[in-house]
Amino acid sequence: MSLTDTSIKTSETPLGRDDLARLVARDIAPGSFVNLGIGQPTLVSNYLTEEQNITLHTENGMLGMGPAAEGDQIDGDLINAGKIPVTELPGASYFHHADSFAIMRGGHLDICVLGAFQVSATGDLANWHTGAPGAIPAVGGAMDLATGAKDVFVMMTLLTREGASKIVEACTYPITGVGCVTRVYTDKAVFLTGPEGVSVRETFGCTLEELQELVPVPLKAAPAAG
Amino acid sequence: MLSFVDSVQSAVAGIKDGSTVMIGGFGNAGQPFELIDALLECGATDLTVVNNNAGQGDQGLALLIKEGRVKKMICSFPRQSDSWHFDAQYKAGQIELELVPQGNLAERIRAAGAGIGGFFTPTGYGTMLAEGKETRFLDGKWQVFETPIHADVALIKALKADGKGNLVYRKTARNFGPIMAAAAKHTIVQVSEIVPTGGLDPENVVTPGIYVNSIVKVAGSGSTAGKAA
Repeated sequence: MSLTDTSIKTSETPLGRDDLARLVARDIAPGSFVNLGIGQPTLVSNYLTEEQNITLHTENGMLGMGPAAEGDQIDGDLINAGKIPVTELPGASYFHHADSFAIMRGGHLDICVLGAFQVSATGDLANWHTGAPGAIPAVGGAMDLATGAKDVFVMMTLLTREGASKIVEACTYPITGVGCVTRVYTDKAVFLTGPEGVSVRETFGCTLEELQELVPVPLKAAPAAG
Repeated sequence: MLSFVDSVQSAVAGIKDGSTVMIGGFGNAGQPFELIDALLECGATDLTVVNNNAGQGDQGLALLIKEGRVKKMICSFPRQSDSWHFDAQYKAGQIELELVPQGNLAERIRAAGAGIGGFFTPTGYGTMLAEGKETRFLDGKWQVFETPIHADVALIKALKADGKGNLVYRKTARNFGPIMAAAAKHTIVQVSEIVPTGGLDPENVVTPGIYVNSIVKVAGSGSTAGKAA
């Protein structure tokens, strides 16, 4: 495929947050065990279907997490990693923190979906610390998720507010994990990352050539989706 | 030796200045607020505190930090929208921070309780949190050497205890309780209910009583419903 091939353009406009969440949800294989990070990734849960039979993990110690709790359902002892009250689904289980992180660190989790500041051409992730002077660092479970899950999906806008690409040759922010990201879902394209560099599965509202003008690493079209 | 004490004040009375204190809880869920209040009251200072966070709002661990009792925090996620007491002390250089990835924090606590002298893990490899640490290529991955975190005292919250000190917890309030109970030399537990020996199904016991030293009943202590995050 040539760089000008437009066959991977699947939408005439960039995707909004909800459309992107719907796309990520659709790409999660049936029966998967999944951890959704705080922020934009949480939206993915709105689009998972019952037929997919996905089990959600929250690192504070639960599998089988249900939707956010409302009204009488709110229970301070039942919260997610973002400390938001949630509900339990039939078949849920509770476990202590070391077991919960063994689920990640032991490679039992199929997918985690995380936000990011930057992703490098080889899949390094930066999502925990800006490194700004005076900033108080806080890492939580980000490094465990990034290195432990079988697949690490990132959801983010492609560009910063200033218009800089968040897909970069090498991260300038402190990294969370080395070579851990497998896919990047953005408003303008879905990228596949790995040791061979970055390929593009589909674009939204731009051609691959137009995308290449925004992203400072060499892009190629991914082989047809398998 | 297991003892049942009648007040949170007497439960924490033996905690000395300079102690390392593990405090259970993830955010407010499982945080033993009444034991922390008693620790504040008893005046122990120069403490190293191990907790996932560094206090929220104006209660519990946040107050201990505000009063200058904590010289060092070992935690994974200190910065939150309402962690103003920690933030102020940190920016003023009045509190030391050892920032630990959450899974390493849990596993280092678990390792202490299990008598493990250290372990290698891929978490954190290549990041600034692994700087200066020994690394090895094991099992096809670069891994970082991490050491156990021991403590003099653990303060935790459970739902129920029986006469042998066996514990059960409630939902995600379990979090660090079981591993902290095993890692500390002296484990103090607040529970909402004490049942007679035999009153807990042995199949359902989460923390066996061998890890528990002091138990105090605190009314309504089983749920943080009134203190939702």
